[in-house]
Order: sequence, then C-alpha cells, then structure tokens
Amino acid sequence: MSIETISLSGRKMQVSNKEMTFFERLYLVAIVKGLIITLKHLFSRKVTIQYPEQVRTRSTVYRGQHMLKRDEQGRENCTACGLCALSCPAEAITMKAAERKPNEKHLYREEKYAEIYEINMLRCIFCGLCEEACPKDAIYLTTSKVLVPSSYEREDFIFGKDRLVMPLEMAIKNTQLKNAN
Amino acid sequence: MDSTIIIEKSVIILAVFAITMVMAMYSTLAERKIAAWLQDRIGPNRAGKGGILQPLADGMKLFAKEEFEPNTPNKFLFYVGPAIAMSTALMTSAVIPWGDRLHLFGRDIILQASDIDNAMLYIFAILSIGVYGIMIGGWASNNKFSLMGAVRAGSQMVSYEVAMGLSIIALLMMTGSLSLREISLQQEGLHWNVFYQPLSFLIFLICSFAETNRTPFDLAECESELIGGYHTEYSSMKMGFYLFAEYASMFISSTILAVLFFGGYNYPGMSWAVENWGVNIANVIGIGVLFAKICFFIFFYMWVRWTIPRFRYDQLMHLGWRILIPLSILNIMITGIVILRHELLAFLGF
Amino acid sequence: MIHIPDFAHASTIQIVFCVLAFITVITAFLAIFSRNPIHSALYLVICFFTIAGHYLLLNAQFLAIVHIIVYSGAIMILFLFTLMLMNLNKQNEVHKPRITRLGAIVSFCLICIVLILVFINSKPIEGEYIATGEDYQSIKVLGHVLLNEYMVPFEFASILLLVAMIGVVLLSKKEKTEK
Repeated sequence: MSIETISLSGRKMQVSNKEMTFFERLYLVAIVKGLIITLKHLFSRKVTIQYPEQVRTRSTVYRGQHMLKRDEQGRENCTACGLCALSCPAEAITMKAAERKPNEKHLYREEKYAEIYEINMLRCIFCGLCEEACPKDAIYLTTSKVLVPSSYEREDFIFGKDRLVMPLEMAIKNTQLKNAN
Repeated sequence: MDSTIIIEKSVIILAVFAITMVMAMYSTLAERKIAAWLQDRIGPNRAGKGGILQPLADGMKLFAKEEFEPNTPNKFLFYVGPAIAMSTALMTSAVIPWGDRLHLFGRDIILQASDIDNAMLYIFAILSIGVYGIMIGGWASNNKFSLMGAVRAGSQMVSYEVAMGLSIIALLMMTGSLSLREISLQQEGLHWNVFYQPLSFLIFLICSFAETNRTPFDLAECESELIGGYHTEYSSMKMGFYLFAEYASMFISSTILAVLFFGGYNYPGMSWAVENWGVNIANVIGIGVLFAKICFFIFFYMWVRWTIPRFRYDQLMHLGWRILIPLSILNIMITGIVILRHELLAFLGF
Repeated sequence: MIHIPDFAHASTIQIVFCVLAFITVITAFLAIFSRNPIHSALYLVICFFTIAGHYLLLNAQFLAIVHIIVYSGAIMILFLFTLMLMNLNKQNEVHKPRITRLGAIVSFCLICIVLILVFINSKPIEGEYIATGEDYQSIKVLGHVLLNEYMVPFEFASILLLVAMIGVVLLSKKEKTEK
C-alpha cells in the first residue's frame, strides 16, 4: 500500500485540478452567480440585535462574577480548604487561611476562615469548576451582567475579599426572603 | 452676450454641483447600508431616522479629527493632491445632458451646462488627469505604502484608459458624434445603445470600475497590502476629500454609463408624454428616469464591491492588456463590418 | 520690426494669451531648473496645460483636448511613474566633467545666435490664409480633411507608430534561454 492511498481519517479526497471550460474561464458566469447570491441576502432577514433597546436572552447556564456566600446569619461560608484553588485550571485563585478568634463567631461559620482570598480576573476563565469543587457552598458564579470592569492597572484585576464577599445587606435580605417563604 | 444665458447656465452649474455633492454624500451612506444589507446586517441607523443624517455626522467627524501632517519636504504638493482629486471628479459633470429641455419664462432651457462638440473626449481628458491627484498625493506623503498605492493607481488607470477609449470607439462609429447630447437624442424611445453594443458596454463597465478605483480593482488602496494606499498619511478633511472624490467620480461614471448606453433621460413613451402632458412634465419625468438609472448603477457598483474579491496585480494587467484591448479592437472591426455591410456586399458582387 | 503690444487697450483674448504665455515660459524654465526631477515633471505638466489653453485660444478644441489626453494624461503620467519608481536623490546625481559643461554652454550660445538671427531676418508671411468658413473644431470636418486630403501622411504616421510599437515589444520581450 503506497503512501498516497493511505487515509487515516477516511475522508481523504483527491484535489481536482481539472481544466476549466471556456465559460468557466470567462469568469463572468461566476460573477453573475455570486451577484445573485448576494442579492438574495439583500432581502433576507437581518440578524442584528439593536443592543441597548433589545437584549439577547442569556443562557440558563450563564456564569458571571464570583461571589463568596454568607449563610442565613450573615457568616462567611468559606473555610479556606483550598479545593477551589486546586480545581482551578487557570490557577487564578489564591488564599491564606487563618484561625477564627472566639469573638469572631458571628463573622465566620467554621473555625477556619480565609484571611486573604484573591481571584486573578486576568486569569479566570469563568469555567465554574471552583463552584463545583466547593464543599461548603461558599463560592458561586452569579448571573451578574458585569464581568470584569476595565482598568489601566493590573492590580485592579486581582479581586480581593472586599470585592468578592457577598454584602451583608444582601445576606440579611436573603434571610428575610427565606423566612417569609 | 445675453445676460439671461449667463444666469441660466450658472443656475444649471450650481444645481449640478449641488446634486453631485449630495449624491456623493448619500453614496457614502448607501455604501454602508448596502454593505450591511448584503451581509444580513441593518447598517447605520442611529443618526436621524434610519440613519438619514449619517453623512452629516461622518462629515462632522472628519472635520473635527486631528489634522496630521507627515514629515515631508513637499507640503504644498501634499495639500494639492486631494484638491486635484476633488476638482477633477467634479469637472466631468459639465458636459452631461441631464434632460432634453425645459420651457420656462418663455424660453427653452437646455438642461446641460455646456454642449461642446467633443464632450466624450473632454470626459476622457478629465479622467486621464484625475490620476494626478492620487499620484501627487501619494508621492508627497513621503511614505512607501503611499508611493506604492500611487504607482499602482497610475499604471492601472493608464492601462484601462486604453481599453476604455477603444471600447467607446465602436459606439462612436454608430452614433457618428462625440456630443453626449447628440448621443442621448439618438437613443430616443428604446433605441438604447446597450442593445446594439453589448460588448462595448461590458468593456466600458469593467474599465469604469478600474477608473474609479472600485473593488475588484481597488489595488491602489487595498488595506491588506498597503494599509490605505495613497491616502495612508492623510487624515481629517483631506482624507475626506479623497474618499468624497471617489464617490463623486462613481456618481459621474454611473451617469456616463446611463447616458452612453442606457438612453440617458429617454424613456419609452417620452414623445407621447411631450405631446399630451407638455414639455416640462415630460422632461421632469426624464430627469427622474435618468436619476433612477444613475442610482441603479451606483447600487451596482456597491453590489459588485461586496460580492467580488480584489484582483491580484498581474491578473489586473492581464485582463486589461490581453483581454479587454483585443476584445475591443475585435468589437470595432465587427461594428465596422456591420455598418458597411451594404457596401461590402456590393463589393463582393451580391 | 518688433511689435510692442498696447497693454492699455488689450482685449480679453490678448490678456488671456499674455497670462498663459507667461505661465508657459515660467513653468518651462522651472522644469529645466528645478533640482527635483518630480518637480520638473510637474512643471512640465502645467506647461502642457497652458499649451492646451493656447490651442483653445486658436479655436482648436479637438487639438487642445487630445493634447491633454495624450501628453498630460498618458505620457507625463508614465514619466512620473518611472521617476517615482527610480527615486532619484541628490546623492546619486552624476557630476558632469568640466569639458562637457563647457561644451554645453558653447552649443547653447551657438543655438541662441542662430535663433536670434533667424528671428531678426524672418519676414512676415505674405499672402493670406485660406478661409473656407468650415468649422475645424468639429471632428467630422477634421476627420474628412485628414482621411481625404491628407490620407497618405496620416497613414504614414500610423505605420510609424506601429513600427515603433513592434520594436518596443521586440526589445522588451524576454528571450528564451536555451539550456
């Protein structure tokens, strides 16, 4: 079996280099065909979405900005186990654990908490593996429309706890909603 | 000289100038709109209703842009380039008959700025000096891309002028006149030249694409190879002039195509309209018909632009010198034989 | 013998002629004297345009337009084209030896003397032009005259051009190298 006939993918095709007929070489027929094709597009339905007025519906599995959750009592869920950092394919997450002081019981749910929790948004690919890895339901990718705001400084893209942790008012509101139900 | 004729002619000149400007302005919008429609988009629709004020917005933007000047020893020529391009684009409209005649204020007004005998030659002369704007501007920019664009434009225009001139000779053999008014008058009713000279029309159409530097022959400004070609170094309104000149010359060459081959202002039943509705109404319809034909050709230019990719440089030269010129010479011969068929038959003894 | 024009009572045509002639002579000199080859080519283009204007003053519309098409539109474009491609600078300007310059000056002076003598000794044309009343602006009339009365010289000119064209093709054609 010669090398020319081997086809590993089974889709090998011989390129046809056949002589063009006179009419094909005139090129005018091809031009007219092309013109007819573009003319059809002139009357076809337009695909533009007029953005500020019309908004494309988001996918149900849309993953936006990260958020570190608080529980019903407003305590941070995260226990700095490091599974999210381990699972992150882009190595965007770093954290530093610390031990909870007795007077911080209202702040953190477990004895251990994340003193520093940083996500490098220049690295993050919003795959959502951190959310899947988290055993404490601490990190979530929200449906927030804002992804990463632009900035001139690289440091601005490293999101610390100040920008990641769920605001306290939100936690309170969530609790009220849950109690109402 | 009669002072009324001066007033009459200046009104016509001003009107033609204004119309050319407005047509060129709205051609820019039409270009963007048609490009969008052919690509299943909507196109500019924010400035005014349906984007009707977009040309004004574009013009304002160009005026407000920073005026960049390259470090060139030829400042004067750098400024002269766009000026030449613009003025040559506008000069051609002087000899075009926009209609037959209007009967106003007790006198016949011929709707043409000047009916010179050599109108067709005049158009060729203006076309041939139109290259200077591009060549001078491109050379004075002191930039290699600009120079390459200018050189390409020069060689392309000179090559295609030959084929264009030869293709029109066959038509002129039939009409026996170089005056555009005379040619328009001969095409009364449906005796349009395109039915008698289809090959000549085809060659002329291709050459006018090349002469106006439109795709598929826009090698002088092809973005992928030469950035912007001859107007790489131009900014602000100077670049606006170049772009505007391109659209103005597109309008003019559409007009020439309509007048030479598609009957100009003639439409079937025009003589009937003159008899029954009067000269004025018939001719206003005629002007409308001429503009409809012009708009079709402008649309055609854009349609082709967004359909066909650009030629390679050697293909361009091959097409011009080896195909179009022999074809047009062949066309001249065939036309000559057809015109002299009676004499030929008599000579051969039939 | 030299006729001094009366500037105070000049007609419009005369004024136009004077302006055109002035521009023609000035641009012709500038074409010779300017250092930059492209500038001299452009001056030559302006010169050609003013010459076309002279033709128009002589009521030769066809000649004027053809002059613009052929000289300004085609030949000068090709000139500019080659000049731009060659990119001549001051550095590669060749310095002529002194003997050549001297020879140029001497021959120029000789030509000047000959021309001045010719102009001084020339007599005004006796007799009158034949005015047939035909409009030679019209191409129809011009074509009739060219292809009836001056048929042979016309054809000779075309044969000359054809020969030149064939010669150029022969010169520029690549010769097939035999291996």
